Amino acid sequence: MAGGAAHRRPLAGALAALAALSACSLFVGVGALSPRMLLDEPDAVALMLASRLPRTLAVLLAGSGLAIAGLVMQTMARNRFVEPSTAGTMQGAALGILLVTILAPGASILAKAAAATATALATTSLFLAMIHRLPPTQPFLVPLFGLVYGGVIGAGVTYVAWQADLLQLIEIWLNGEFSGVLRGRYELLWLTAACVALTWWVADRLTIMSLGREASVGLGVDYAGMLRVGLVIVSGVSALTVVVVGAIPFVGLVVPALVSRLAGDNLRSTIPLVGLCGAMLVLVCDMAGRLLRYPYEIPVGTVLGVVGALAFLAILHAGPRHG
Amino acid sequence: MIEIEGVSFSHGRAPILSDISLTIPAGGVTALVGPNGAGKSTLLALMARLLPLQAGSIAIAGRSVAATPGREMARTVAILRQDPGVSSRLRVRELVGFGRFPHSRGRLTAEDERLVDEALERFDLTGLAHRFADTLSGGQRQRAMIAMAYCQGCQTMLLDEPLNNLDMFYARDLMRTLRMVADSQNKTIVVVLHDINHAAAHADRIVALRDGRLVVNDVTARVLTPETLQAIFGYRMEVATVGGLPVVLHHR
Ligand SMILES: Nc1ncnc2c1ncn2[C@@H]1O[C@H](COP(=O)(O)OP(=O)(O)O)[C@@H](O)[C@H]1O
Ligand SMILES: [Mg+2]
Repeated sequence: MAGGAAHRRPLAGALAALAALSACSLFVGVGALSPRMLLDEPDAVALMLASRLPRTLAVLLAGSGLAIAGLVMQTMARNRFVEPSTAGTMQGAALGILLVTILAPGASILAKAAAATATALATTSLFLAMIHRLPPTQPFLVPLFGLVYGGVIGAGVTYVAWQADLLQLIEIWLNGEFSGVLRGRYELLWLTAACVALTWWVADRLTIMSLGREASVGLGVDYAGMLRVGLVIVSGVSALTVVVVGAIPFVGLVVPALVSRLAGDNLRSTIPLVGLCGAMLVLVCDMAGRLLRYPYEIPVGTVLGVVGALAFLAILHAGPRHG
Repeated sequence: MIEIEGVSFSHGRAPILSDISLTIPAGGVTALVGPNGAGKSTLLALMARLLPLQAGSIAIAGRSVAATPGREMARTVAILRQDPGVSSRLRVRELVGFGRFPHSRGRLTAEDERLVDEALERFDLTGLAHRFADTLSGGQRQRAMIAMAYCQGCQTMLLDEPLNNLDMFYARDLMRTLRMVADSQNKTIVVVLHDINHAAAHADRIVALRDGRLVVNDVTARVLTPETLQAIFGYRMEVATVGGLPVVLHHR
């Protein structure tokens, strides 16, 4: 619906910027690599295919997936200030991986992802059920409650990990970084692209859902069914990200909130922009993490912790909507 | 036609509606009136399956509200809720376009676009079509929500206090539009009204509730007597005739 040239111009700009940044990303890192060398040196091609390309793809997949997951989360909660890491989703995913690691130490990464999705589904459902009781006139109560809720689950995860002597793993799951991404170890992230495709497919029903349960029923949309679809999208993307690269905060919060302010809430026209901007934000932060203390790396989770928190404060300062 | 048979409803222990049975004939405007808390919104929500039926049955155009699939019901009956705030940033045209969802499933055809344009025109929203709904005044937003319900293209429309927030001009305009739509498209329109004089001027029938019970269901002229009005609203009001039309002096 709508669309038109006015919607496509920022989209084309974002796409061009993302393509340029991705090209740069391929040549940033420890170990010299230039386009020229790709032609002359077989080692350079090997480095590109084994490490640089997978890393850049992982960043793009995780960034766009998390931004879309945040968009779906905000639509379901009907609140602009929530995202998977402030709704207990990421912490729930970490809980699932931890349990599998303890109970079945040799489990495959796929089994871990499945368990993480299941626990993330449970903690996110509980979050949605509980915020239902908060007064709708107080939009800031929802993120406040989410921070406490996520903190409690995170503390529980840390306690269990401490008991099981697995604290260093917790650090890896809860603070995302892409330096370990190599060919053969990130491909599971392509499943987030499937979640994004699913979001696109149900975009109109999600937009109607954002008008509330009664409007949905009135238009013949299965509200409870759509909630389940939304939960699978949010939990799936979050669990896959936590399993492969670790939790990345704030992407799902600031990107959908900013796009909503600029382009509105009609998901059919905002999903592409949210996905592109999410990929771009994580890519910029990952490249900054690679360059700031070169040749050492700062994890992208840490960079986004700072950048995202500042952006979040700016959004809070601008007030709830009407921007 | 709307057939309501033995409908009762309660929230917890509190009875809200008690054994309501009534039939609203197809085509025409029916005003639903009654004091605050009489159960008007609850009855409308039950008719539009927004609340689950606890006792009794409701059928709209021959389709049982409880047993018909949601998608089919969405093409049968459209509802405007009382105070339906819009929490999403949607442009007025997008919002009204979502009224076509039961037919288009999101892909608006040229015919859908034409119907959206017609609805915008009919409710004087063409100039606001590209504004975000959350930047409109209360009355403008109310008209956008009514246009969305109208755009659903259903034979039966249920409107809960549609005159809320509307100024005199648009209130009269809306009632005349409803009258015209009911006459020209043979739609069945049930509208909750507080100003009994709008009912007097535009409604074919009046259904009145009080304390969750049906007080009267009759053609407009027979309801507008001091005795019946007192039975509904609890105080005596005179009924005058001005220009051939009954006028209730409810404010004196
Ligand atoms: N969710 C609810 N819980 C408990 N009581 C309710 C609820 N909704 C409505 N009621 C009560 O039901 C009665 C009828 O409400 P309603 O149908 O909204 O009346 P009306 O629309 O005629 O003013 C009122 O007494 C109201 O307080
Ligand atoms: Mg009411």
